Amino acid sequence: MAPMVEIRDARKVYDGGFEALKGVTLDIEDGEILALLGPNGAGKTTLISCICGIALPSSGAIRVGGNDVVTEYRAARDLIGLVPQEVNLEPFETVWSTVRFTRGVFGKRRDDALLEDLLKQLSLWDKRNAKIKELSGGMKRRVLIAKALSHEPKVLFLDEPTAGVDVELRRDMWRIVDGLRASGVTIILTTHYIEEAEAIADRIGVISGGQLLLVEEKAALMTRLGRKELRIDLQEPLGAVPDALAEFDLALADDGHTLVYSYDTGAERTGIARLMTEMNAAGVILKDLRTSQNTLEDIFVNLVHDDSTEETGA
Amino acid sequence: MNWMAVGAIYRFEMARFFRTIVQSFVAPVITTSLYFVVFGAAIGSRIDEVEGVSYGAFIVPGLVMLSVMTQAISNASFGIYFPKFIGTIYELLSAPINFLEIVTGYVGAAATKALFIGVVILVTASMFVPLRVEHPVAMVAFLMLTCLSFALMGFIIGIWASNFEQLQLVPLLVVTPLIFLGGAFYSISMLPEFWQKVALLNPVVYLISGFRWAFYGLADVPVLVSLLAIAGFTALCLAAIWRIFQTGWRLRA
Repeated sequence: MAPMVEIRDARKVYDGGFEALKGVTLDIEDGEILALLGPNGAGKTTLISCICGIALPSSGAIRVGGNDVVTEYRAARDLIGLVPQEVNLEPFETVWSTVRFTRGVFGKRRDDALLEDLLKQLSLWDKRNAKIKELSGGMKRRVLIAKALSHEPKVLFLDEPTAGVDVELRRDMWRIVDGLRASGVTIILTTHYIEEAEAIADRIGVISGGQLLLVEEKAALMTRLGRKELRIDLQEPLGAVPDALAEFDLALADDGHTLVYSYDTGAERTGIARLMTEMNAAGVILKDLRTSQNTLEDIFVNLVHDDSTEETGA
Repeated sequence: MNWMAVGAIYRFEMARFFRTIVQSFVAPVITTSLYFVVFGAAIGSRIDEVEGVSYGAFIVPGLVMLSVMTQAISNASFGIYFPKFIGTIYELLSAPINFLEIVTGYVGAAATKALFIGVVILVTASMFVPLRVEHPVAMVAFLMLTCLSFALMGFIIGIWASNFEQLQLVPLLVVTPLIFLGGAFYSISMLPEFWQKVALLNPVVYLISGFRWAFYGLADVPVLVSLLAIAGFTALCLAAIWRIFQTGWRLRA
C-alpha cells in the first residue's frame, strides 16, 4: 500500500534566503503515529506548513494520499487536519460557530450530530456556547483539535500540541491521540519533549537544521536504549581482553585501565555475577564499578550536537 | 467551485455583522440624519435648487455612495485582515479552497453589508426629502456594482496591509477625499472650469454622476461613460486579485 504521506527531497528557502528545509525525504504510513523531534528552529513547523499548504515548498514533491499538495491541493488538503502550534482562534466567536466554520470551509456538509459527538469527546460540549476568549488555555487547545477534526481528516498534524500545557492536559492529549489512532487516523506530531514521543509514537524522526537525521521504529530505538554499560576500572592495565573472558561482550578503554561490558537489561540474566566470578578466576583485579544507560535524550542530543558541530565546522 | 466553503465564509462574516446589527443599523441612520440637518436644512435652505432638484434631494445619491463606498472598503479590508492579524488565516490556507472562493466569500459578505447600509440610508433619506427614481434598474445596478467593486478594493487593501495603520491609510488618505471631491454634495458644473477638468480625473465622479442620473436624470458625465468607468474599475480590481491569487502575495510563504 502506498504511504499516506510521501515527502521527496522537500526543500524550503524563505524569501530572506534562509534555508529552513534542506531536502527532507520521508514516508508516513497509513494509520501510524510519527513523532518529529527537534529543537526550536529545526524546521518541524516549516515541514508541516509545506505539507498543509501554508507555505509552498521551494522544490521537491509532497503527496498526501497520493495527491500532490501543490497541483492536486484540493484532494490532498481534504485529507488533512491541522492543529497549529500557536493558539490562533477568533476571540469573539463561540466554540460551536468556529468549529462549524471549519467544517464548512473544508467543503463538508453541515452535520450537527457529528460535531456534538466530537465536542463531547473533547469535553467541550458544555462550553459550546462560550466565547473563545472566555476559555482557559487548555480548553482553547481542545478547540483547535476539534476544529482540525471537524471535517473528518485522514491525517492529523499536531504541531507542538503540548507546548506550555500542564501535565494533566498533556495526559489528556495523549489519551485523545490514542483514541484517534484507534479510529485509524494517521498522526504526525512535532514535539521537543522526548517523553511525549516515547509515550505515544510508533516511529520517531529526529529533525535538526532542516534535515531529517534519523527515522526509526520506537521499538528499535527502545531496544537500543535498553542496553546498558558496566565500566570496570582495573588495578593493573590490560593489553588485551583475557581469553578466559572471551565469551563476554567486552571492550577495553582508557589504555587498558577500563573494561567495558555491554549488556541487555531486558534479558533474563545480565551475566554480571558470572563475569565477576570469571574475572576473579582469571586474576583480574577490579578497583571500581559504574553503570550507565543510554536514553533517547542522549541519542537525540548526540545527533543534534553532531549535526550542529558539522555545520559550524563547515 | 467549492460553494460549501464559500457559503461557510459568507455566513461566518454575515453572522459577525448581525451580532452588531444595532450599530450596523443605527450608525448610518444617525450619520445620514446629521447630513440632512447640516446640508439639507441649514445650508440647503440657502441654496437654490440644483438643476431643478431641491438641494436636500440632490445630495441623497452622493450620501448613499459615500457610505456604501467606505463601508464596502472597511468591511472587506477588515474581513480578510483580521484573520491575518490573529493568525486564523492558517485555516483558509490549509483548506481545500482556492483564492477565488476566499474572495467570493469575503467580498460577497462585505458587498452585502454595504448594500444593506445603502438601503437603510435611502429609506432614512426618503423620510426627509421626496425621492424619485427615474431609472430604477440602473439605480440598482450602479449600487450593486459600487458595493462589489469597492469591496474588491477593500479586500486588496486588507491583503496588502501588514498593520492597522495601513488598513486605515488608503481609505482615509485616498478614498474619502476622492469621494468628497467627487461631487457627492455638489454638481461638478458648479466648479470653476479648470477644476471641472481636474475633477474628471477622479474615478468617483463617474460613479456618483451615474448614480444621480438614475435618480433624477441629471449627470455630470454621460451615463455610458459612468457605466464604463465602474465596469473598468471592477475589472481592474479583479485583475489585481487574480495576480495576488497567482503569486500568493502576502498570504502564503
